[in-house]
Amino acid sequence: MAEVLDRKMQTLPVPVKVVPAEKIEPNRLRTEEMVLNVGPQHPSTHGVLRLEAVLDGELVIDVVPFLGYLHRCFEKHSEAMTYPQVIPYVDRMDYLAPMNGELGYALAVERMMNIELPEKVEYIRVLFNELQRIASHLVAVGTFGMDAGAFTPFLYCFRDREDVLEIFEKTCGARLLYNYIWVGGLSHDLHPDVLGMCRAFVKKSRATHKEVNELLTFNKIFVERAANIGVLPADVAINGGASGPMLRGSGVKWDLRRNDPYSIYDRFEFDIPVGTGMMGTLGDCFDRHWVRMCEWEQSLNIIEQILEKFPQNDKTDVQKAVPKRIKPAAGEIYSRVETARGELGYYIVSKDDIKPWRVKVRSPAFVNLSLLPIISRGYLMADLIVILGSVDIVLGEVDR
Amino acid sequence: MTNTEIYDKLKSAFGEKIGEWHEQTGTEYMKRMSSYADVADSGYIRDVCLYLRDEPELGFDSLLLLSSLDNGDKTLSVTYHLESREKKQFIALKVTVPENNAVVPSVTDVWSHANWHEREAWDMMGIKFLGHPDMRRILLDEDWIGHPLRKEYKHPDFYRGMKVPY
Repeated sequence: MAEVLDRKMQTLPVPVKVVPAEKIEPNRLRTEEMVLNVGPQHPSTHGVLRLEAVLDGELVIDVVPFLGYLHRCFEKHSEAMTYPQVIPYVDRMDYLAPMNGELGYALAVERMMNIELPEKVEYIRVLFNELQRIASHLVAVGTFGMDAGAFTPFLYCFRDREDVLEIFEKTCGARLLYNYIWVGGLSHDLHPDVLGMCRAFVKKSRATHKEVNELLTFNKIFVERAANIGVLPADVAINGGASGPMLRGSGVKWDLRRNDPYSIYDRFEFDIPVGTGMMGTLGDCFDRHWVRMCEWEQSLNIIEQILEKFPQNDKTDVQKAVPKRIKPAAGEIYSRVETARGELGYYIVSKDDIKPWRVKVRSPAFVNLSLLPIISRGYLMADLIVILGSVDIVLGEVDR
Repeated sequence: MTNTEIYDKLKSAFGEKIGEWHEQTGTEYMKRMSSYADVADSGYIRDVCLYLRDEPELGFDSLLLLSSLDNGDKTLSVTYHLESREKKQFIALKVTVPENNAVVPSVTDVWSHANWHEREAWDMMGIKFLGHPDMRRILLDEDWIGHPLRKEYKHPDFYRGMKVPY
């Protein structure tokens, strides 16, 4: 046995000459770039998004997003539908904030046809839009916390979101995809219990807001994870078309509810929160999170004002202004609203028909996602997940 | 400035390159946001956009939407909705190109926002953007044949050997 081993030893190659430590030149050491595939089936991509990250060690050199895994041909479908038939498809784009999307579409067609709405309808629309904004921000804040490693706030957020969904269920029977806001009206009047439920929700949500702030926003571990990464300067944000919390996080005071008021938003008092760089750099992930937290509070303020002013004794039929025949005159419109994610625009071309000739959507998540490569270059791979979470994309809206 | 004044200013700067003004009838909102100017020479769209962005009086710092459109008469259009946040001005521009030679200069280097919208216009409508840094399909697969949002598009019976069910 020993002989065999001995012979083997002899056939082994001569050991490589070892370079003494003082002769190593670190600058000449070469590293390989590596392409890491993230998704499409990955919880932290918030849906079916595929990212190809080019890494140098742990550093992200470039990110290339690949879309289309949830492409459902919204624009092609809507050319084959009549105007009101498009609304259920609109729901399925931004499935975390369908009320916002419905309002955007209904408003675009109403602006084309010059429809005046009863005041009660406007109040209900704004009430539900603000509730929806809170529900959407709750998901955004919760999942963002989860991306950074905090699990508990997620459960608190979803518990509160449930209350909003119950309000919607009581009103129109659907919890997620409503088909509630119609061109010229609403599908159902408010259930008598709803205003009371809203009051209870506001009270409860204020407590949750405080709780989430304590648990998540000012948690040292979370701040360390979120501050100073994914910095988006204001000029890049404007040039890149960013909107919503992404733009406001960079310190730009821009909210369509104020800057281009629609519906009855000009009647309510509310602030436009902007990022200030309070935990690090202006426009980092923490700022975007902070803007969402503040907007949550502002939406609660708006809801309280609506509950005060709501015309409860108004018995107007909510479908009073719904036109018998929806057929806008030939022309085109670009109409926009502020959703939970940013500026949602509809470009509708009408050729004097009951079907739209062309519907193109400017979806805020699509545009915000296009800035991901710019804001994630030069950070660590682990930070890329946090940065993507702070953008708050909904893949249904990105792919349409 | 109202958008008609901006149109006059464009007209004096570019002359014949700028075509007709299409005023939208209907509501005031439509007039303000959606009335558009034709850019008669599609090759000049980037220059017009640069002018709109850099002229201090105009200052169109953001592109709201770049959208493609099949006019149904063998021509395709690209519409640009622009906004100046500081001065609260709007204007829309439209270029029209023939279907069999749909090439438009890219405005990605003017507003980086245009990047993905131009890719989408190529993917869905088959309009090529000259000077775009990354002219690939965005929503459909690389091997997809045809551009679905064109009006005469017929969906294929088979895709990679699989029957398309409807």
